[in-house]
Amino acid sequence: MNKLKALLNWIDERFPLTANWKAHLAEYYAPKNFNFWYFFGSLAMLVLVMQIVTGILLTMHYKPDAGQAFASVEYIMRDVPSGWLIRYMHSTGSSLFFVVVYLHMFRGLLYGSYRKPRELLWLFGVLIYLCMMAEAFFGYLLPWGQMSYWGAQVIVNLFGVVPFIGPDLALWIRGDYVISDATLNRFFAFHVIAVPLVLLGLVAAHLLALHEVGSNNPDGIEIKKKKDPKTGIPLDGIPFHPYYVVKDIVGVVVFLMVFSAIVFFGPEMGGYFLEQNNFVPADPLKTPAHIAPLWYFTPFYSILRAVPPLLGSQFPGVLAMGLSVMIFFLLPWLDRSAVKSIRYRGPIYKGALAIFVVALLILGYLGTEPTNLWGQFGSWLGGADRATVVARIFTVLYFLFFLLMPWYTRIDKTKPEPERVTS
Amino acid sequence: MLFAPLAAIASGDTLRLDNANIDPHDAISIQRGARVFINYCLNCHAASAMRYNRLMDLGLSEQQIKENLLFTADKVGDPMTISASRKDQRQWFGVEPPDLSVIARARSTDWLYTYLRTFYRDEKRPTGWNNLAFPNVGMPHALWQLQGSQVLKIESEEHEGHKVEHRKLVLEHPGSLSTLEYDKLVRDLVNFLSYMGEPEKTKRSQIGIVVLFFLLLLLVPAWLLKREYWKDVH
Repeated sequence: MNKLKALLNWIDERFPLTANWKAHLAEYYAPKNFNFWYFFGSLAMLVLVMQIVTGILLTMHYKPDAGQAFASVEYIMRDVPSGWLIRYMHSTGSSLFFVVVYLHMFRGLLYGSYRKPRELLWLFGVLIYLCMMAEAFFGYLLPWGQMSYWGAQVIVNLFGVVPFIGPDLALWIRGDYVISDATLNRFFAFHVIAVPLVLLGLVAAHLLALHEVGSNNPDGIEIKKKKDPKTGIPLDGIPFHPYYVVKDIVGVVVFLMVFSAIVFFGPEMGGYFLEQNNFVPADPLKTPAHIAPLWYFTPFYSILRAVPPLLGSQFPGVLAMGLSVMIFFLLPWLDRSAVKSIRYRGPIYKGALAIFVVALLILGYLGTEPTNLWGQFGSWLGGADRATVVARIFTVLYFLFFLLMPWYTRIDKTKPEPERVTS
Repeated sequence: MLFAPLAAIASGDTLRLDNANIDPHDAISIQRGARVFINYCLNCHAASAMRYNRLMDLGLSEQQIKENLLFTADKVGDPMTISASRKDQRQWFGVEPPDLSVIARARSTDWLYTYLRTFYRDEKRPTGWNNLAFPNVGMPHALWQLQGSQVLKIESEEHEGHKVEHRKLVLEHPGSLSTLEYDKLVRDLVNFLSYMGEPEKTKRSQIGIVVLFFLLLLLVPAWLLKREYWKDVH
């Protein structure tokens, strides 16, 4: 025991091991009233690690070559020992990463976790989300199936509609005039090296910012305002280790049960996690009748399709899609409510949030389907696609949630916040 | 008998797919399907992700595979490739016949089961064959000697002021199998195609049960640990 202590001393004189252990785990005081919504931060870390480990194993067998990519994935599925498991863990992990992060972000909306003093924490989070989208997009080309190919084609072409520089920009991204071997190679580089590096850096910044300001909680009040006068420890705080470590283990086990159920019993998730058409090798000469992105992009894809072209240019749609993601950056400054948590907000914010969630779900669903899904209106509405009109209405509602926020959060009737956290 | 409708297949534009109703645990059915596949499909279509000795999963011995199924390759560990050149094939059929390794995952088993049973004579097509599930398909009916040849009968009727078309396939010349036998043969073939699309599938769900059971057990100490630590949080 003494020898172990001596070793620890030896390390601490050269590296702040104990100091970091204390600062980030044993003496990081988190509010004691975390609920269900507070599992998803640590779960996102778990999925990130899982994606990195399974990703490394996949790169040992995958061939980033237009002539071999599709076959190498099937080689992994059949001839590599447990290759199917590694591949399904990676494909399921990517979808569940988005599930977990969407729930994590929704928690932020519920309890005002983006509000002062956590603005930078939120900004790092949105940057992580942007990185995840890039990572998912680059990674989806790698299996080199029809959806990989044509999905990438559609997305890269979006850059082509930017005024003046568009076509050159698209060419620069592809490295060719069409999606080709050159594109596959660079997307592979981005997917396995560039984006993960940035992602890890942002996760570190996200955690450092969190541990600087401290965690928010379901009451949206600052536990640092009420400290024990002797110890200086927040009265409503408990050390992250062991309390939240043992609690998160329960969350991890439950999450792994959901994860395993998908991996082992339905990794395609009815075409939502692995699309049927992606089992057809990429064919540059055969455009699929219906191209849809994977589910986590579909709300934004819906917004893209909903915005009508201007003077024959699709740029307004692309701009709207970009803004629909970027607008999350502004959230800390749009919200003018006197309280943070939904528990003490008035009916207007609750209603607005409910409309926002419904809009997101409907846009998400419509994005997976062709626009003629519900047929057309009669000639009195110009014979427009019904689904497109619905998507337009919900696109407007989506943006109004943000744009009207400074106004409706100020006039909303809030309840007084408690002095101490409630359990 | 000759004009007995095989299946009331379609009305209008939408084709109702028949339920393939395969049993992935029926190794004998998959074995029979493998034989049909190797005899009838593997001349034009490859299944380059599938190795012959993988069939040992189905309870076949290496010797049995070598003697009965190994026609297009030399070694039992070889993949199911074909010798026809892609260029020739494009000339013959207008398209390259797709690799069938994962066709069941791309098309669904119901689609394959319907497709393989809805070929009909069509003099307008270069091959003399057309298909209900895959209109103007490049492939001729490779199993016609077994199924016989069908013709398409279109009946139209007035329905509440709309003209409704019913398309029906009628067996014109019977083949060497009865309709029932042919359906069974196609079901075996589709069962094999489904197996080939993901050979690890049955193993996957077996492991899944063990994993879920383990996690369920793990949940108990995890929960107890949490409860024990949180006793002093008020």
